[in-house]
Amino acid sequence: MNPVAAALGAAFALAGSGAIAALPAPARWGPAVVGAATAGVGIAGAAAGGAAVSGTVWQAYLPDLLPLAGVRLAVDPLAGWFLLLVGGVAAVVGVYTIGYLGRDGHGPAARGALAVLPVFVAAMLLVPAAGSVSTFLLAWELMAVTSLLLVLGEHRHSPAVRTAGLWYAAMTQAGFVTVLLGLTRLAAAAGGESFAAIRAAGAGLSPVTAGGVFLLCLAGFASKAGAVPLHPWLPRAHAEAPSHVSALMSAAMVKLGVYGIVRVGFDLLGGGARWWWLLLGALGAVSALYGILQAAVATDLKRLLAFSTSENVGLILLGLAAAGVWAGAGQDGVAGVALAAALLHAANHAGFKTLLFCGAGSVLRSTGTRDLDALGGLSRRMPATTALFTVGALCAAALPPGNGFVSEWLLLQALLHQAPQAGTVLTVAAPVAVAVVALTAGVGVATYVKVLGTGFLARPRGDGAATAVESPRSMLVAMGLAAAACAGLAIVPVVAAPALERIAGELRAGPELFAGGGVDLRLAGIGSIVSPLWVAVGVIGLAVGFAAAGRALGRARRRAPAWDCGDGPLTARMEYTATSFAEPLQRVFDDVLAPEQDVDVTPAAESAYIVRAVAYRRRLPDRIEAHLYGPVIAAADAVGRAGRRLANGSVHRYLAYMLAALVAVLVAGVIR
Amino acid sequence: MSAWVTAAVQAVLVAAVAPLVIGLMRAVRARLEGRAGGRLAQPWRDLRKQLRKEPVIPADAGMFFTAAPVVLMATSVLVAGAAPYLSTAGPLPGVADLVVVVGLLLLGTVALALAGLDTGTAFGGMGASREMTIAALVEPTLLLAVFALSTRVGATDLGAIVAAGATDPARVFTPAGALAAAALAIATLAEAGRLPVDNPATHLELTMVHEAMVLEYAGRDLALVEWAASMRLTILLGLLANLFIPWGVASGAQPAALVLAAGVFVVKLAALGGLVAAGEVFVAKLRLFRVPELLAGSFVLGLLAVIASSVLA
Repeated sequence: MNPVAAALGAAFALAGSGAIAALPAPARWGPAVVGAATAGVGIAGAAAGGAAVSGTVWQAYLPDLLPLAGVRLAVDPLAGWFLLLVGGVAAVVGVYTIGYLGRDGHGPAARGALAVLPVFVAAMLLVPAAGSVSTFLLAWELMAVTSLLLVLGEHRHSPAVRTAGLWYAAMTQAGFVTVLLGLTRLAAAAGGESFAAIRAAGAGLSPVTAGGVFLLCLAGFASKAGAVPLHPWLPRAHAEAPSHVSALMSAAMVKLGVYGIVRVGFDLLGGGARWWWLLLGALGAVSALYGILQAAVATDLKRLLAFSTSENVGLILLGLAAAGVWAGAGQDGVAGVALAAALLHAANHAGFKTLLFCGAGSVLRSTGTRDLDALGGLSRRMPATTALFTVGALCAAALPPGNGFVSEWLLLQALLHQAPQAGTVLTVAAPVAVAVVALTAGVGVATYVKVLGTGFLARPRGDGAATAVESPRSMLVAMGLAAAACAGLAIVPVVAAPALERIAGELRAGPELFAGGGVDLRLAGIGSIVSPLWVAVGVIGLAVGFAAAGRALGRARRRAPAWDCGDGPLTARMEYTATSFAEPLQRVFDDVLAPEQDVDVTPAAESAYIVRAVAYRRRLPDRIEAHLYGPVIAAADAVGRAGRRLANGSVHRYLAYMLAALVAVLVAGVIR
Repeated sequence: MSAWVTAAVQAVLVAAVAPLVIGLMRAVRARLEGRAGGRLAQPWRDLRKQLRKEPVIPADAGMFFTAAPVVLMATSVLVAGAAPYLSTAGPLPGVADLVVVVGLLLLGTVALALAGLDTGTAFGGMGASREMTIAALVEPTLLLAVFALSTRVGATDLGAIVAAGATDPARVFTPAGALAAAALAIATLAEAGRLPVDNPATHLELTMVHEAMVLEYAGRDLALVEWAASMRLTILLGLLANLFIPWGVASGAQPAALVLAAGVFVVKLAALGGLVAAGEVFVAKLRLFRVPELLAGSFVLGLLAVIASSVLA
């Protein structure tokens, strides 16, 4: 039996039995049952993905499973890569869920909300495994609905959850409609709905049809991926969902939007015009910059991580755009590097974002707050969580020797390439893209220094942080697994090289991207080398050596009060908070962020020059959301109110409507 | 094997020369301002004194505070060993990559910023916040200059870039090269915390950036931080020198060539350091919120350099 088929079958069977077992399970065991089932589904999915990226392909047609179209499954290396990614994330999150929702747990313990979790993971596995338009759309919608149920898990606790659910439901359904329109149009034009049939006919489509299909699919997939300006659901849903769900959505589900773009753009439509990819690049650049700027000034830990997801998706889209442009320009080798950078960054982001959202969940669970301004001092009370979060932050900040650095290095290599006779557009676009990646990386570093420094170091600034306790072991084990995956991807990314080459070859990009064996990442066509292993060994080895030498040769350290300017003991209120840390950046990017500041000075009764109280308020609204979505929502609201006037309860009026409708139909029939 | 010896020699040379570069810059500045100034080796004496003293750390500081000096030192030593200062044939081509070097230097900055926040004092936070703001804005300039330079060889490998420049001078003295040099020079001043971005001689809370972060360090921790900071300046000046004056760098590991290369390297460093010090006499520190304008200017220079490198190639 095909290993992919066996593993996928096991995954779906486990998901079903896990969901069914969770419903009658006693409340104490529910989280353990669901967590174990989810982890099992994840492991099975990852096994299927692992087999597929090593070259085992599998196709199946199950005509009796669904009426009309049946179910068609097809797993190739590209699908395998995303199966591996989703499965890996789900395996970690499953283990995490056991402790997060378990005894004295946090978050929803309702049985329904628990039972949905393995089904959601199975739906995410079904999306890349789908081999036809109808199966894909079915899996996509199943994923959207189950994730919506999970986002709404804590709807009884806060109205913000309900708002987030509404935004997510509206945007994900709108995105589904555009994908539906795009893919059905594509299937109609290609004369068949299986991906194989579309692929065969894809190159012969007229440019207008292909461009229209690409735009429609891009709108839906980019909104699922959280690309700006289709992002407003993401910071809300990721922030308000229970943390294990945030981790699954941010690390895995968002990547399936990326998968959709690769599948439709590169595979089904087979490349396409340059403007497609320049548009995608612009989308990626805006997402990366806007996402990281919003993250830099955010003070809600999970909202910050959500905006950072938008940023990373932006970088992935930039990589895809570069791949499309270079492939169109005949530079297959560089196109392959760009594609590999995008796919590797997707995997790296899945690794560190799982770790970071799980860490945020641990913080939320033991302090009860997500507000960075009220945190601090966790490094002493939660040392293991702090250490693991530090690994995640290092990777997310794209600093060597983290895994984010490797994929950003690859992305830069693809963008730094200059082709002769590339044309004016590319001559300007490539350096601008490099500058965007660099500015994003720079602000990203500042952002993660802020998270780590103000959230975990120094002294606690709130009661929750002052009484925090370390998380249960299952949560730490899960985060440890995610950290180990990040470290593996960071130090020996060459293990992913054969899979990336296979995928690139399948998508008609460069045949051979990486040269030679060994631990270094050598690019075949470009001649740049990076050796993450030596960077890691060098930094860690030298640092440990210096520390040991200092301890052996120098005098012992002594603790003393910090310098307080002779003004009595320092209090935690004097520390720099997340808001104050980001203030210079906020000022530099004032024109983009447009903060709303409000200072009220109340003078004393005796004199206007004696100040009694100063109130300072600052809000950083999402400008794109306010300016782009505000008018649309207001217009929809107005139309709805106007529509209500049509139905005033009078039976006569309704009879008149029916008569008018009948006449209209008859007239239309006669005219035809 | 000989490549590893070269790397060790480079690291030791940079570590040994770095405090002297600071001493030279202070001496030049003092002379131009009409002061007597300290001796050339004064920074070395300061280091020796601090290394012997007892390290005192703040009561609330944690692991990050004590780990930062060694991480900073480790990144500096790694870059000093791997980058092509004496020889273009280093032992670790995968570390001597411009993007990796930029990343490693940034890692050192981050370690120090986290240490500043870990002290729990307002000074530490202030310094960290300012330093990270500047670092975030320097990054694009650095990478754009990297882009302009990498077009010489089509790769970001530092050894290859320097070697290509040494064999073909026409590739160095181009409009793109000049623009990239200007952009990289401004980025170097910002990254190393020199005037007009940061004043290394100030302890005034309104203006200090680097000094605010390291205010709580004492003893050997302070010595390591100061030493590593001077090494970073030397590393950046050395890169600037070898990228734009790529002659005198050995292409192998023959002892005679290395000795010659070391001599040329020290002369280049002294010239550049003296130039920077002389320039510092005439400029004042910029307000923190004017610094982005300066960096935006250098960013535009970098962008022009890239476009010039592909249009005028």
